Amino acid sequence: MLGQQIINGLVAGSAYALFALGLTLMFGVLGVVNLTYGFYFAVGAYLALLAAGAGAPIALALPLAAILAGLVAVVLDFLLLTRLRRTRAPELASLMVTLGATLFLYSAMSALLGSEIRRFPAGLLDNGAFALGAYRISVGQILIVGTAVLLSLGLVSLMGATRTGLAMRALAENSDASELMGVDTQAIMRRVSFLSGALGGAAGVLIGLEYNAIAPYMGEAMTLKGFAIIILGGLGNIGGALAAGLLVGVLEALTAGYVSSVYKEAVGFLLLVLTLWVRPQGLFGRPGARRA
Amino acid sequence: MSMNGALLEVRGLELGYGRSTVVEGLDLSVPEGAIVCLIGANGAGKTTVLRGLSGLIRARRGAVLFERTDLANKPAHRIARAGIAHAPEGRQIFGEMTVSENLAMGAYLSPSKAETARRREGALARFPRLAERMRQRAGLLSGGEQQMLAIARALMADPKLLLLDEPSMGLAPLFVDEIFRAIAALKAEGRTILLVEQNAHAALELADYAYVLETGKVSIEGPGRELLARPEIADAYLGG
Repeated sequence: MLGQQIINGLVAGSAYALFALGLTLMFGVLGVVNLTYGFYFAVGAYLALLAAGAGAPIALALPLAAILAGLVAVVLDFLLLTRLRRTRAPELASLMVTLGATLFLYSAMSALLGSEIRRFPAGLLDNGAFALGAYRISVGQILIVGTAVLLSLGLVSLMGATRTGLAMRALAENSDASELMGVDTQAIMRRVSFLSGALGGAAGVLIGLEYNAIAPYMGEAMTLKGFAIIILGGLGNIGGALAAGLLVGVLEALTAGYVSSVYKEAVGFLLLVLTLWVRPQGLFGRPGARRA
Repeated sequence: MSMNGALLEVRGLELGYGRSTVVEGLDLSVPEGAIVCLIGANGAGKTTVLRGLSGLIRARRGAVLFERTDLANKPAHRIARAGIAHAPEGRQIFGEMTVSENLAMGAYLSPSKAETARRREGALARFPRLAERMRQRAGLLSGGEQQMLAIARALMADPKLLLLDEPSMGLAPLFVDEIFRAIAALKAEGRTILLVEQNAHAALELADYAYVLETGKVSIEGPGRELLARPEIADAYLGG
């Protein structure tokens, strides 16, 4: 029982980690609190649903949904935030603008697609499962963990070992100095928007698969959870976001299994409050360190 | 000094922030291979001039002719691409990245890995202290080492023109000497430099030509050594 709960928790946690990764990237590099991030999560799930409904296999629906969600993120970032960045508006301004935009987008999505919960077509995933000793792990769960691991490794090596990744980290620290090095910071920002939107969209598809429930407002609760995770992990800290995502997933599963599923959603925030009392920089943050 | 064929020729430049005008009607020229120095009191607009030249702030009026092309109002990364490297005030190194990664950022526009490696060797030969610190987080370096890194990072671009903003500010005397020796070496190699300094004496000794900035305008100009000998300069900028 305990082992199975932990496995289920790690599966959900790896999707959380992926979601948090995109959020911490956006926050760390772009330096704005962008609440539309949860919208990309919902967009990703719906796009995969549409693609699957049209007969696309998951191997096509998932990447397609992620890429399109990334493009939506680039467009929304450009429309909402370009002006604010140019005038170096305070963070509260970006918070309010993106909050307003998000409420509008969720409403528009509900009006367009209906607000009822939708499900992926039966047979999208193989129903099989593997036995690991006494535990079982389904094909869907393997897909979730595999995708999350692959995308996280991809992002980590992009940030650590490529010229673009180097420029992203430089931009996270000091936008003026990056420009002086010859970095076209606007172009790098577009790439970061794309990547984070795509990660958020992919996470939406995976969570949609895990719970088989897709609704326009699914991104709203997830955004709050995402912020809790990246604060736990230390803002802008990629490894921290991954670890905190897994941790929250496991704690949720254990809470649902041993206490009550009523408290499941609260456990991440409880952990957040307890952590901030003891370590204001988050579990994995360095004191005084800012971003990325 | 208005000279035909100067590498950098600034004409009638006006710069400011918000509603305040900081620099007005600035004419200045930097010939190839020369060290030109900009001195002046705090708030005279020296840093603003460099920020304007490298594109960190937009020019309101005037021309910045670099190799006869007007760079005024081009974004900073385009100006960097044209061959101007700016080691800004306050050093502005990437503190969370390693020394090695800071140098890699300096060579962001380098055409090839071999070229980057060649420049890196040159930078480390110039500042051997950095070689011992390559894997360290740059934020952990001492102030003097950070200044060396800032200059080394700018040189990694192999610029045609190097803008140095207050390289000796806040440094221990030992480091000040080392920084000025490095600038003298760059001069000997024929690098073109526009230097902003509060240490007017050391700067004027090195400078081929100097401008004194007073509330955003050039008040006096002339060869560095000539200005050193002028009583009004000595009174105002050389501590009497």
